Amino acid sequence: MGKAFAALLAIVTLASVYFFAARTWWMPVDISAHGPGVDHQIIETMLLTGVLFLLSQLALAGFVWKFGGPGEGRKIGTFPGGARVVVFAVFVVVGIEILTLSFFGSKVWAGMFFEPAAPNSLHIDVQAEQFAFFFRYAGPDGQFGGIHPELINDGNGNYFGLDPANDVAARDDIVVGSLTIPVNKPILLTLHTKDMIHSFFVPELRIQQDIVPGLEIPIHFTAVQTGKHEIVCTQLCGLGHYNMKAYIEVLPQDKYDEWLKSQSQ
Amino acid sequence: MDHPPAQPTSPQSASPQAASAHVEVHHHTPPQGFIWKYVFSLDHKVIGKQYYFLSLIAVFTGMVLSWLMRVHLAWPTFAIPLLDKLSPNGAPGGVITPEYYLSLMTLHGTIMVFFVLTTAPQAGFGNYILPIQIGAEDMAFPRLNMLSFWVTFVAFCTLVSSLFVKDGPPISGWTAYAPLSAIGSAGGPGLGLGQELWGLSIATFCIGSLLGALNFIATTLDLRARGMSLMRLPLTVWAWLVTAVLSLLSFAVLLTACVLLILDHVGGTSFFIPGGLVVSDQLQPHSGGSPLLWQHLFWFFGHPEVYIAILPGLGIIANILACTARKPFLGYKVFAYCVMGIGFLSFLVWGHHMFLSGMSPYSALTFSVPTLIITMPAAIVSLLMVCTLYGAKIRFTSFGLFAIGFISVFITGGMSGFFLAQPSIDTELHASYFVVGHFHMVMGVAAIFGMFAGTYFWFPKMFGRMMNETLGKVHFWLTFIGVYCIFMPMHYIGLAANIRRYSAFVDDYLIPMIPVHRFITVAALLTGAAQLIFLYNLLWSMFRGARAPANPWGATQLEWSVPSPPPFDNFGGKHPVVYHDAYEYGVQGSTGDYVMQDSPEKIVSS
Repeated sequence: MGKAFAALLAIVTLASVYFFAARTWWMPVDISAHGPGVDHQIIETMLLTGVLFLLSQLALAGFVWKFGGPGEGRKIGTFPGGARVVVFAVFVVVGIEILTLSFFGSKVWAGMFFEPAAPNSLHIDVQAEQFAFFFRYAGPDGQFGGIHPELINDGNGNYFGLDPANDVAARDDIVVGSLTIPVNKPILLTLHTKDMIHSFFVPELRIQQDIVPGLEIPIHFTAVQTGKHEIVCTQLCGLGHYNMKAYIEVLPQDKYDEWLKSQSQ
Repeated sequence: MDHPPAQPTSPQSASPQAASAHVEVHHHTPPQGFIWKYVFSLDHKVIGKQYYFLSLIAVFTGMVLSWLMRVHLAWPTFAIPLLDKLSPNGAPGGVITPEYYLSLMTLHGTIMVFFVLTTAPQAGFGNYILPIQIGAEDMAFPRLNMLSFWVTFVAFCTLVSSLFVKDGPPISGWTAYAPLSAIGSAGGPGLGLGQELWGLSIATFCIGSLLGALNFIATTLDLRARGMSLMRLPLTVWAWLVTAVLSLLSFAVLLTACVLLILDHVGGTSFFIPGGLVVSDQLQPHSGGSPLLWQHLFWFFGHPEVYIAILPGLGIIANILACTARKPFLGYKVFAYCVMGIGFLSFLVWGHHMFLSGMSPYSALTFSVPTLIITMPAAIVSLLMVCTLYGAKIRFTSFGLFAIGFISVFITGGMSGFFLAQPSIDTELHASYFVVGHFHMVMGVAAIFGMFAGTYFWFPKMFGRMMNETLGKVHFWLTFIGVYCIFMPMHYIGLAANIRRYSAFVDDYLIPMIPVHRFITVAALLTGAAQLIFLYNLLWSMFRGARAPANPWGATQLEWSVPSPPPFDNFGGKHPVVYHDAYEYGVQGSTGDYVMQDSPEKIVSS
């Protein structure tokens, strides 16, 4: 029983590691400028924890293999060095791991969230609602119109609550149901929601941010590859949560300019 | 501690014998009559069993809910037989609607976290075993003890009743994020009466847990037998004590949060709802509240709650592991201090649930560091358990297998914690199945392995009969393989950004992962079916099992010094005196390779 159990522990351990190592399922392709930092952090964490995982699980399997059964005539043994060695090993090994991960991880995080958006960023406004995203471009005047919650009306397409009758800046605002951006250009999104908490997640952009009622949350990123991907909601927002999505299309600058021109007509 | 204070007499023991109470002050007559003996009992052993069976009902309910969810995720159009009878609206023709999926998910999470993980390991086993392990006749406040069980029972009934209201249980998840949970029925099905019942149920549950926590702390500190110094306490007692402190501090906050949530529903307040919300084209009449306030209050409770769920299991496993290994637990004091350290740190880390919530990105780092630091005491306790097996003479009983299996799943679940503790990685893994795999492994499976080990270990003591070992081992093998088949793939698809809390996978990039979900579903159904072996074994052995001797496992703690099951007042009127540490295994004792805590013999090293 003991040896079979030890073998099972080892098999389960190696099988668990195999599918990570073989990358049978893996992170989606990364299209963002900051993404390599995130991916590097994930892989570094995977290597460090992978080693700890293998060592501790295989030690467990090994002890079960070796020390199973009544062992007639054998005296019980104590782990060499006792608990002191365990504590020391954890302080050194896990301690170094924690320091490494915190140090590099904080830099990645700071790069994403502590730096303000570049001054030349393209500013796009995002409105989330049950169960859709809408995107607003400032139009030729470069100004966003004000948001008036009492004017929000899905029926007549006023998703942001704009007041073009009284608000000059709102008149040329472009409101669309999918996000189109130029490649290699810093993008600044301001996230709003009109009802529940939603979340803005583009796996390929390595960007995820909750959109909270009552708050305006800025996020910024730069896409470095063209292509079309999905924006999905990751915060439970009601019965249609699973189906709340939009597309993000990254275009070369000239194609983007064409697209924007076609929208403002 | 020589003379524990006399227990308040139960209603039935106010008999003529009580007049001569000072002569035989410690010999209580058990209450007579079914109601006072089994229903409104003041006996910690009965109350412990009541909690245990409440959890048993809850865990099978929660498991069936997870089956329904898993079947729907794998085969979204499959008509589940009879389900339309339970909920004609939620499952017309037996096919689960998106909102009913979320209702089932909310109930699954709430039932499992509160009525299983928080209830059985602490209130169930703790109630039954703790007083006997420390040499007490009962808990410090038996009446409070009875009250806490019945309050918890009412909370459970309140929650389950939401299944039968018109538009069903709430759809806001066990975390009940506002404003979805606070806005009322405008936000979606189940968010009116269903959500109010949820709030009421959890508030009630908090009261029960607070009463229980007070009782555990007072009992452990005040009712220990002579010689039972703190450093001779079995590690179970340390874990139960620290858990009680965590409960006392965290459930008070959740209670407040639930009261505020209910007020937002029925009192016209706006604690969690900001102004300017437009739901279904209607401007909501709320202003000034904060959705993040709910998250702070909830997770201030919610993270200690994770340790409330796992620490008792950890204590149970450490206690059982020494008996399984037939040697003293390696680093008893280190383990006890680590449990205290984990308990303390658990109050500093709640923000790691909120890295992407919209709180300041600077606080994310502040919460990340203690979260990474808490892995140190957790790693120490894991390695102490692994290294306790070094040089051991392991007995592969059912509880021994579950104890070793616990170490494996606890390590596995802990490793993914390294990822989720880091905000930069959270931008990819947050709200994915990686998180689902992580917390199911470390607080679901590990805690349940603790309960299984505890059941196989203490069943003879609690019911006076032995469980079937062969069935126990079959149960273990199927369960151990099963949980890895269910929860490891969740890590893989989570890494591939498979999002949780979706009732169907309609996104282009998620559709390729449906085959993995089918595999998980099949594994979940089979592993769930294997639990019926446990249920059969439990119920059959309760009536038909072989009679249990006082100490079938050769264990050292006080509960094994009394008959199985123990008499009404635990020690038959005697005062146990403790002479030894809790884990004197592998020494030459008069009874074999161990010396019991209350044995007056001197220890001779073998």
